[in-house]
Amino acid sequence: MTENIKFVQGNEACVEGALYAGLDFFAGYPITPSTEIAEHLATRLPRVGGRFLQMEDEIASICAIIGASLTGHKVMTATSGPGFSLMQEGLGFAVMAEIPCVIVDVQRGGPSTGNPTHVSQADVNQARWGTHGDHAIVALTASNHQDVFAMTVEAFNIAETFRTPVVLLLDEVIGHMRERLTVPEPDVVPVVRRLRTSAGEGVDYHPYLPREDGRLPMSDFGGVHRYNVTGLFHDMWGFPTDNPRAVHDLTRHLVDKIQNRVHKLARFKEYYLEDARILLIAYGSAARSALQLVEQRRSRGERIGLLELQTLWPFPSGLIREKCADARYVVVVEMNMGQVLREVKVAVEDQEKVFLANRIDGSLINHHDIMNILRIIQSKGV
Amino acid sequence: MAIKDYIRERFFPHIWCPGCGHGIVLNSLLRAVESLGLSKNEIVMVSGIGCSSRISGYVDFHTLHTIHGRALAFATGVKMSRPELNLIVPMGDGDALAIGGNHFIHAARRNIDITAIIMNNRIYGMTGGQFSPLSGFGSLATTAPFGNIDHDFDIVSLSKAAGATFVARTTTYHVRQMADIFRQAILHEGFSVVEVMSQCPTYFGRKNKLGSAVDMMEYFKTHTTPVGSPSKEKNPDLIERGIFIQQDRPEYCREYEKIMGRAMKGI
Repeated sequence: MTENIKFVQGNEACVEGALYAGLDFFAGYPITPSTEIAEHLATRLPRVGGRFLQMEDEIASICAIIGASLTGHKVMTATSGPGFSLMQEGLGFAVMAEIPCVIVDVQRGGPSTGNPTHVSQADVNQARWGTHGDHAIVALTASNHQDVFAMTVEAFNIAETFRTPVVLLLDEVIGHMRERLTVPEPDVVPVVRRLRTSAGEGVDYHPYLPREDGRLPMSDFGGVHRYNVTGLFHDMWGFPTDNPRAVHDLTRHLVDKIQNRVHKLARFKEYYLEDARILLIAYGSAARSALQLVEQRRSRGERIGLLELQTLWPFPSGLIREKCADARYVVVVEMNMGQVLREVKVAVEDQEKVFLANRIDGSLINHHDIMNILRIIQSKGV
Repeated sequence: MAIKDYIRERFFPHIWCPGCGHGIVLNSLLRAVESLGLSKNEIVMVSGIGCSSRISGYVDFHTLHTIHGRALAFATGVKMSRPELNLIVPMGDGDALAIGGNHFIHAARRNIDITAIIMNNRIYGMTGGQFSPLSGFGSLATTAPFGNIDHDFDIVSLSKAAGATFVARTTTYHVRQMADIFRQAILHEGFSVVEVMSQCPTYFGRKNKLGSAVDMMEYFKTHTTPVGSPSKEKNPDLIERGIFIQQDRPEYCREYEKIMGRAMKGI
């Protein structure tokens, strides 16, 4: 069989991944640089029996996909920083009510309207801390289109497995850049189907009573089980409660179901780490530049390597600690003021060896930028 | 099916104050659902935040209690993904028309088949009596201690202008009319709006010296008149109640089904 090879934007790679994972409901609102995701899905979804909605704003978009997820659909919305800000309350609802959904944020410069057509990676913390209240979140990212595809499928799989919203943090360069994508044949990449209750009609179904393995089987809204879903703290029936024990237990559950699985959720790639004295940590489009530099310096015999993060949240602190243990210098490469840097500093044993190589001017950080920082770190002068 | 079979008895008593009009709305709504012979599995009730929105917890349908102002956006997702379900969205006046005003007009514009019920008690009750977009000029509230200078919406005119294809108004005094209007609103294929003038004796009534719940309902009796009644000409201050708009216009989900048909054929 001929391979299904495409030459596409990253936003289209995301669309391909979503459809591969079974996306059949999308609601969104136009915003640069994510709009192509909506545009392509407006054409693609109805062709496969799925539904596309353009809503009145991003608030409505996330609310609509949560509603559609409840009826048993695989759902997604896509936006950029300002729209992601508007989605935060809805995101919190999906966390609290444990509704699987995928939120794509193709990052641009901010705050506010910022730098709409230029690249940034400054929403890392918004993804983690944007909604109020104690909670945990899963956020994935990718640096090339094959990985955008893979991480989009992962996002759906994780959302279904853990009944949680998953944020896919792309950036403007990845979203708009064109490169090769090979779409795998169906069933080559594992796709997690929704876990539905085995309870039949007339049998009590408790939407928030975990099975022995901790998972919460769902029952489609509009099906045979009628139950309540709320953003209030709730009991196993989904009915509101302010019972201190129930509130405590649910808070712990929402945090622990993610934070206790940091290792299981960690997706990353490593390049030349075995003997690396200089360790670059990067993600998204910045990782491409970091890899270019690493390969350049390696060809000159320098002991330098790259750890590319694909899971940003829950932050893989243990992995970072382990990989950084033998490095003399750790340089975090990112297009923000040090949002992942901060996490790396907390994770490693010696904070003094951790440095930041960043750009915050809307331009893609390149290998020269990183090299200049390396020279300063190594006291070689620029 | 008996009315009580539509209720989740285990979740009572309800949270509403003595004299609150919202229980009357619940009563009429359940009578309407019963008279239509709808199965409980066919109904999804989506609500937002506020006193009125707690109604969803008490009924034995599929119930989704969401966030403030966004009930119609959630309901749009439910309806679009399962168009065969009946969507009922009860909201308070602040929930529907202040924080949720944008979703309200756009749901109306799309003419998506959802029944929106606005339980209009002209106040934010759950937070203790602040003025809403329906309180009206000159009314008193905890956040309008010197009199409200915000003018109110006319829900009927707003809904009509936004494109709702079924628009009605009734009151908690007119319980039989309310049940009948709910029936027709649920049967209507398109976006239906039912404004129910409801009383909040605890906050709106007390702040504005309107007397007891019974006095407030008596006011609904004496200050309203059926749509098109000659008494409105004699006394323009009377508020009309009944069905104002009932028309056919392409319904959103049905239109999308056509889109899917065209897309699958590659047209």
